[in-house]
Amino acid sequence: MSQRFQIWINGEQRSVQVDGDRTLLSVLRDDLGLTGTKYGCGEGQCGACMVLLDGRATNSCITPISSVGDKKVTTIEGLAKGETLHPVQAAFLEEDALQCGYCTSGMIISAVSLLNEAPHPTSEQIVHGMNRNVCRCCTYQRIRNAIVRASQAPAKSVTS
Amino acid sequence: MKPDTVAASVTESVSDPAMGREAGAVAAASAHWHLGRRDFLKTFATGLVVVAWGNPLWAQRESGSSHSREGHPDVPRQIDSWLHLGADGTITFFTGKAELGQNIRTSLTQIVLEELPAPNHSVRMVMADTDLTPWDGGTFGSRTTPQMGKQLRNVAATAREVLLDLAAEAWQVDRSTLEATNGEIRHAATHRKSSYYDLTKGRLLQRDVMDSPPVKQPSVWTIAGTSMPKVNGRAFVTGRHQYASDFVLPGMLHGKVLRPPAYEATLVSFNAADVEKQNGVSVIHEDDFVGVVAPTVHDAEKALALLHAEWKTRAQISEGALFSHLRETSDYRSEEKEHRTDGSSLRRTYHVAYIAHVPLEPRAAVAQWNEGRLTVWTGTQRPFGVRAELAKAFAIPESQVRVIVPDTGSAYGGKHTGEAALEAARLARAAGKPVKLVWTREEEFTWAYFRPAAVIDVSASITPDGSLDVWDFHNLNSGNAGIRAPYRAARSNAEFHPSESPLRQGSYRALAATANHFARESHIDDLARLAKMDPLSFRLKNLNDPRAVAVLKAAADEFRWQEQKASPEVGYGLAVGTEKGSFVATCAEIALQRSTREFRVVRVVQAFECGAIVNPAHLMNQNEGAILQGLGGALFETVHFENGRILNPRLSSYRVPRFADVPEIKIVLLNRPDLSSVGAGETPIVTIAPAIGNAIFSATGVRIASMPLGQRVPPASG
Repeated sequence: MSQRFQIWINGEQRSVQVDGDRTLLSVLRDDLGLTGTKYGCGEGQCGACMVLLDGRATNSCITPISSVGDKKVTTIEGLAKGETLHPVQAAFLEEDALQCGYCTSGMIISAVSLLNEAPHPTSEQIVHGMNRNVCRCCTYQRIRNAIVRASQAPAKSVTS
Repeated sequence: MKPDTVAASVTESVSDPAMGREAGAVAAASAHWHLGRRDFLKTFATGLVVVAWGNPLWAQRESGSSHSREGHPDVPRQIDSWLHLGADGTITFFTGKAELGQNIRTSLTQIVLEELPAPNHSVRMVMADTDLTPWDGGTFGSRTTPQMGKQLRNVAATAREVLLDLAAEAWQVDRSTLEATNGEIRHAATHRKSSYYDLTKGRLLQRDVMDSPPVKQPSVWTIAGTSMPKVNGRAFVTGRHQYASDFVLPGMLHGKVLRPPAYEATLVSFNAADVEKQNGVSVIHEDDFVGVVAPTVHDAEKALALLHAEWKTRAQISEGALFSHLRETSDYRSEEKEHRTDGSSLRRTYHVAYIAHVPLEPRAAVAQWNEGRLTVWTGTQRPFGVRAELAKAFAIPESQVRVIVPDTGSAYGGKHTGEAALEAARLARAAGKPVKLVWTREEEFTWAYFRPAAVIDVSASITPDGSLDVWDFHNLNSGNAGIRAPYRAARSNAEFHPSESPLRQGSYRALAATANHFARESHIDDLARLAKMDPLSFRLKNLNDPRAVAVLKAAADEFRWQEQKASPEVGYGLAVGTEKGSFVATCAEIALQRSTREFRVVRVVQAFECGAIVNPAHLMNQNEGAILQGLGGALFETVHFENGRILNPRLSSYRVPRFADVPEIKIVLLNRPDLSSVGAGETPIVTIAPAIGNAIFSATGVRIASMPLGQRVPPASG
């Protein structure tokens, strides 16, 4: 059944008329044109579809749009402030923490979520926080280094 | 029902002028996509164009394919433009290679900047567009750096030589007193300078690529040889880069294809009555092909679920019978070789499972027909090969097909083919509208192709002083890449025997070199024990190539091999190899739980040499990635199948390496500025599996002769 949903995305309220069983991922990509969030597996196993829901990394491919409610959604497109990259985005560039880049949006979102919870994460916390994300090019070491670099960045980011 | 779309299309959003330089570059690239080749050539109204006539010498032929120009008289023998110097100072290079994450957009940029110095941002690489770029056999085989790198280096150097000639003539000065720097030709003595473009005086100059223009030796490189960051990295970390799966066209529909329940199944009947009631949904049925198109992906998925089809299946070889089937269907006549040794000889059979590439971006394509001409955006390693596939499938000339490959979400050898492109084009033709088709993960696992399974028989013997005497190696089914041993032996033989593969198989990063190195380096390790020699000393004694010796010593030194003493809880293994002109050695340390016999890889050191290094950071990145990707095939990746069905076609049932699997990794790069650069995307994957297997052997005496090794050491057999 098609329903109207008002959802907060990247600081704006957006309105969509879609079936309630649609996933947040499909609404972002197919209805809102926010294609930075990727499809990878459709079962919450790879993390390519990660978005922040109230600051916490969430698999949008298994999140029904009807469950989003008034939670604030942040996608990869919502992290930079104008031309200023979020410290995690900047750190990914500085560490060259990508090859094909397809996992990168989800990785960055999960890293932001991790740093929201643990601003200076231990190695164990990084593994635990990031283990839901797959990088098939296996740039894991560089991603870990980027997270460490971002955690040391002077300007502390606040993302909800 | 009609979907309520509330957002502008993505094509519009990337054109947003507020988005800065990288977005601008993306928009510019998109703009090119709306030009045909003829239109594009018309835009070369002025400036310098460096060209080559058709039939490039470096054209690569892949066995079994026929997509060369010669085979296709309908493809005009045309002037290929490799470089254009534009009025705005942009230097555009054209290459048929595709960017799949190996970072060749960056390394090729470095190579051309070295010969034609200019601000980094003035260089644009137009890649993998069959209308705009010279014909190319495909992006595989680690050929971009040695072949395309050399070609574009010559193109850039040709442009520089032409510009120096123009300046010398215009200023009536000795050519040798001129310098090309930062987008300009300068004459120091008279303080004269001119931008590259201004030297053309607004004319259109066309020059042939010189065969061997003067080029800089790697020892004096200043741009190549440095760690330039990924040139369009910002587009990826901001989510703005558009993969084929992100591409949107106005009026575009979304497609889905009905899949059979098993391989080789034929369609008996189907009923679309429930679907035809859906608004805006069409069912397309051509022979055994059934697909749907709908205004949204969701509607297409729902429609697909409402199709009722009956299929006829047939019995097929299952996983349990795989290895005997490969043996029976090859021309190689031998019994399965159980481990047998008489003190100086050793024979054994090794097995390697099918594995899947699992590119994180599944196959995807957007197809558009316009007055009989087909344009497809898709992620593939072979844009010109896919163009040929499409032309053949629709019985149209190749000149009526354009394939465009946006930088793609990885491939690893798994995207040589155009399945999604064909399906999208078929649906688009029937629907009369552009169609996007993105494979699901399950489709990618099931309907793509796999890294071949292997049966490998090895017999070898040593002399009393620990020299290799006989070496006899037979690979069944998986291939002959890396099959030649880098060891001296009195009598040496290595052969590949094709078999009938129950599953569709194809290229995978490093091809069979991984299987062949696994068998060879496992066997060599056992022979070292027979010779009562340390595995390092035995290899050093028998290796026949100084470059192999160099990487092995470098890895062993960094690992402190000589100081490591294996115990029942800790094992150390090493392996060395060579393939596609580069050399690799890997040392691995494992930690073993005695009670459970579970083990973990805790430390890896890898040394790698591929001639002159073009980008050290990206070479490190390729090595780190290859080791970890290789860890999956070494330890746990395997495709389970039964009677034409894949049993684990999901990421929840097919395990790939994750953060928790990452050991401590140290890479040692050996730079050889005295040697030509060769590719490095593949060979770094070939030695991790045998190094781990050998580490298990050192700790337990148990030789695991199959890949994946598993994560628990089986008990020693008697």
